[in-house]
Amino acid sequence: MVEFGFKLSPSSRINLDLRDKASFSKLVEIEPDALKCMACGSCTASCSAGIFEETSLRSALLGLQNGDKEKALKLLSHCMFCGKCTMVCPRGINTRHLILSINKIYQVR
Amino acid sequence: MKNNILIIGGGPAGLEASSILVKMGYNVILVEKEKELGGHLAKWDTLFPDGLKAEDLLKSLIKKTEGVKCFTDTQVQSVNILDKSYNVILSNGITVLADALLLATGFDLFKAEKKEEYGYGIYEGVITNADLEQFFKGKFSIKKPKAVGFVHCVGSRDEKACNPACSKVCCATAVKQACHIKETFEEADVFCFYMDLRMFGRHYEDLYLKAQKMGIRFIRGRVSEVAETSEGRLLVKAEDTLSSKPIKVTLDTLVLMAGMRPSESGYMVGHQLNLSVEEDGFFSTKDTMLSLQKSNLEGLFFAGAATGPKTLPDTLHEARSAAMEIDNYLTKK
Ligand SMILES: Cc1cc2nc3c(=O)[nH]c(=O)nc-3n(C[C@H](O)[C@H](O)[C@H](O)COP(=O)(O)OP(=O)(O)OC[C@H]3O[C@@H](n4cnc5c(N)ncnc54)[C@H](O)[C@@H]3O)c2cc1C
Ligand code: SF4
Ligand code: SF4
Ligand code: SF4
Repeated sequence: MVEFGFKLSPSSRINLDLRDKASFSKLVEIEPDALKCMACGSCTASCSAGIFEETSLRSALLGLQNGDKEKALKLLSHCMFCGKCTMVCPRGINTRHLILSINKIYQVR
Repeated sequence: MKNNILIIGGGPAGLEASSILVKMGYNVILVEKEKELGGHLAKWDTLFPDGLKAEDLLKSLIKKTEGVKCFTDTQVQSVNILDKSYNVILSNGITVLADALLLATGFDLFKAEKKEEYGYGIYEGVITNADLEQFFKGKFSIKKPKAVGFVHCVGSRDEKACNPACSKVCCATAVKQACHIKETFEEADVFCFYMDLRMFGRHYEDLYLKAQKMGIRFIRGRVSEVAETSEGRLLVKAEDTLSSKPIKVTLDTLVLMAGMRPSESGYMVGHQLNLSVEEDGFFSTKDTMLSLQKSNLEGLFFAGAATGPKTLPDTLHEARSAAMEIDNYLTKK
């Protein structure tokens, strides 16, 4: 027998009205450089963890600002704090420290 | 005998060229169709990249024009090419026999209502870059917004709007205005929707960094449509191409960065002289490298945005170059 029915799938659209502004503001308070990212992708390109597991600070910063915390934190969960991204960031962001601060503010153990 | 030079257009280009030529000893006549001199500069508040007051720049440009015969509120009625000069009849009845002619007719702002999907003239919260400058000058009002968006490339880089070219100044204008909004309404969220951010000039990247540090959000993607919510706010849709996802946000004010189009009244003058225009509608220059101030007609020159989008420093440089070219031409003649 064939079953018919409708499936409700969650919207894949980013709704900026629903984003978590407060947490990102808290992050910016302790890490003002979080605002300076210009999405160049250098951090992602040179990430030592990224060869094995999808890791991207660029994308994580975007996710945090778009209200996609889960995805953002997943993109940093394999970070080994090697600091390679700090060496390549053209905006001079202390990316390694930024990731530590993200983990602190968003309570990653 | 002093040579007559007629300059058409009393914007930044016309003003700068006229003050230099009058100092060189020429008899300079400047014609401006509007009641006031200054062109678009008279409509702006503060200027990128450093926040100079437009009013101050305009004052110093006008101050230098002492000795120039300025006719405001005056149109060019007809132009005829004579053997080695131009016979120009002005709307105030005066006829000028000009040994050289400078077209400094500038640009017109793209008519934002043509991009219907953005709702200019339909939704109250949708305004243009020019309206926002008027707001900063205290001559236009907007309601205190909670969230403001800037749409880059309105009427530029858009074949549907009949203009595939970039207007050059609107990225820097958007970033300048976004900072100004953030300074005026500290609590407001500010978003810039861009495709490429063209911050090419000296200090421009600093302006971008300043905007980022103020918390202005840059979203890479073109706004596709705007609708009104039941509370009368604006629902704006785009793709966040960096996330590869559609994005929506509710705003109170949406500023359209209308681009630069060829001046219609400039075109009317050019038409009488059979001057050619390029595909972008702006006047063609004699070549594209060495003779940017020259036209294909002897004794007819260009300066400023009449030959395409330009910033103020570009425009003023061109005005000075044009003055030099005109002097060379008249000296050899
Ligand atoms: C929203 C916006 C903001 C800007 N902000 C900045 C900024 O902050 N910094 C910066 O560097 N640049 C800025 N620009 C660019 C700047 O406005 C131009 O570079 C400048 O105005 C060009 O000067 P122009 O004299 O060539 O043309 P215009 O300013 O357009 O002046 C042309 C003049 O000629 C007159 N005219 C035209 N046809 C005729 C005719 N047939 N007879 C008589 N008169 C005629 C017009 O009435 C006008 O007064 C901005 C542009 C825009 C659109
Ligand atoms: S510090 Fe983390 S994110 Fe940066 S390169 Fe090393 S592993 Fe990648
Ligand atoms: S390298 Fe720096 S500027 Fe580039 S994406 Fe990473 S954090 Fe942003
Ligand atoms: S200057 Fe920027 S906003 Fe203006 S047309 Fe070019 S890319 Fe678009």
